[in-house]
Amino acid sequence: MPVQALLIGIGAICGVSTFLAILMVIADATIANYGDVKIKINEDKEVEVTGGKPLLSSLMEQRIFIPSACGGRGSCGLCKVKVTSDAGEYLPTELPWITDEEKKDNIRLACQLKLKKDISIRIPEELFNVKEYLAEVVSLKDLTYDIKQVTLKLINPDDISFKAGQYIQFKVPEYEMTAEPVYRAYSMASHPSRKNEVELEVRLVSNGICTTYIFEHLKAGDSVTINGPYGDFFLRDTDSDIIFIAGGSGMAPIKSILNDMADRGVERNIVYFFGARSVRDLFLLEEMKELEKKLHNFTFVPALSEPQLGENWKGETGLITEVLDRHLKSGENVEAYLCGSPGMIDATKEVLIKRGVPEGLIYYDKFG
Amino acid sequence: MTEGITFYAIFFAAIFTNNILLTNYLGMCSFLAVSREVKTSVGLGMAVIFVMAVTSALNWLAYRYILVPLDLVYLRYIIFIVIIAAFVQLIEMIIERVSDSLYASLGIFLPLITVNCAILGVSLFMIIRDYHFLSSFFYGLGSGIGWALAIVAMAGIRQKMTRSRVPKGLAGAGITLIIAGIMALAFMGFSGMIKIS
Repeated sequence: MPVQALLIGIGAICGVSTFLAILMVIADATIANYGDVKIKINEDKEVEVTGGKPLLSSLMEQRIFIPSACGGRGSCGLCKVKVTSDAGEYLPTELPWITDEEKKDNIRLACQLKLKKDISIRIPEELFNVKEYLAEVVSLKDLTYDIKQVTLKLINPDDISFKAGQYIQFKVPEYEMTAEPVYRAYSMASHPSRKNEVELEVRLVSNGICTTYIFEHLKAGDSVTINGPYGDFFLRDTDSDIIFIAGGSGMAPIKSILNDMADRGVERNIVYFFGARSVRDLFLLEEMKELEKKLHNFTFVPALSEPQLGENWKGETGLITEVLDRHLKSGENVEAYLCGSPGMIDATKEVLIKRGVPEGLIYYDKFG
Repeated sequence: MTEGITFYAIFFAAIFTNNILLTNYLGMCSFLAVSREVKTSVGLGMAVIFVMAVTSALNWLAYRYILVPLDLVYLRYIIFIVIIAAFVQLIEMIIERVSDSLYASLGIFLPLITVNCAILGVSLFMIIRDYHFLSSFFYGLGSGIGWALAIVAMAGIRQKMTRSRVPKGLAGAGITLIIAGIMALAFMGFSGMIKIS
């Protein structure tokens, strides 16, 4: 009786599976049920969330955004949070990202730390200002062959307050290159005074999950999600002379800072060194010329490391470090703001220090 | 048949002469992946010992009291896997609840074990060899200890190896497999001391 045997077989599998499934459901409701837990933030604000979930996503539900690039898989190591109550031992998944120094301070990875009891944490005050925005792509414009200007109009909420130089995180939805949403950081190039608009300058990284998405899939009219603002790369309010150094899409935050200074009528001596390979890597030259007129004492110094023969380049040539070395006589009364690749930043920082710029007055934003 | 073989003979045989990893080459994936450090391999080893011992007992009960009476022996693969997966999941929840330190050292390895073929292998071998309940439990326990022994030994060797120059083409899994082969040869020295199958 094959039919009967088949039915018994199916019945047995269903029976065992159902039994185990019920067991799991009961376990989930009892063993894995941690009730509601309280998160106390900066000894001041208190929120209540459902226990058992990671700190990062619980905070996100409360509209508090900790910067994180991987979306909570423990693979970027960015979502560090200082915990001031006892939160148990470090998990092996956290340890690769935590230095001994941070261990002493009880800094944890928010995406790995599961909430089982009330917890007190300390986060930078500015993170309260971080919101998630729904935005619409207004335009995509090629600035060079590999850098695109992306302009977004904020829909909900419809305005953002940020300091010029800060960055947002761009959410890449699931598509061919990623099975789950990921977040990537981009500096805002827009004026802080234009609160309804966010402008990004994105350089194509070959096989980059986010840049490929922006270059090949994104169209005007599309909806995107961003969150921000983050970061402490903004102009310090002093009277010192300012040196900006940037390469490639490192232009973005500097452009924002310059425009902001022009708007506010700041009168400081400013030199901006912009490094590129050849003429085809240069962009926004017109806007920089405009700014040279608008600002009190601003000089834009584009420098090419490999100008091509036909390009008829009359400006500075050489690596950005060589050009800086030629121009900067003394680092006295100088504040420097660097933005670009880690290699460029480390190299230019060395030149600045050699010329006497105090290390504490060199601010930078490394594009990983 | 288990005539004349006591459960402690089976227990020791499972550790040494019939080491599931080194004689059957089962459970290779986690053996290769998690044997970089002695500390983590001890954690994984402990988790395997525990899960093997308990699942072999659970699966024996399911086999004897569900599959055999219903004449559904051919479904053992599916049923065993489902039981192992559910058990591992349950244990993970419990460990997470009761002890942070145990979860940190052991709990995170549990999901790795669900798909470890050595665990299923133990349950299948005990059926093939027709073990009693107690024998099955000790076979599972012994196999777990044997597996843990092998991975900890391998981790010790690999930790030392970080300071030696391995040819580029062999670095990583390549050299590990060669070492596993040599370890298996060494374990052959135990063979013949106890016979269980």
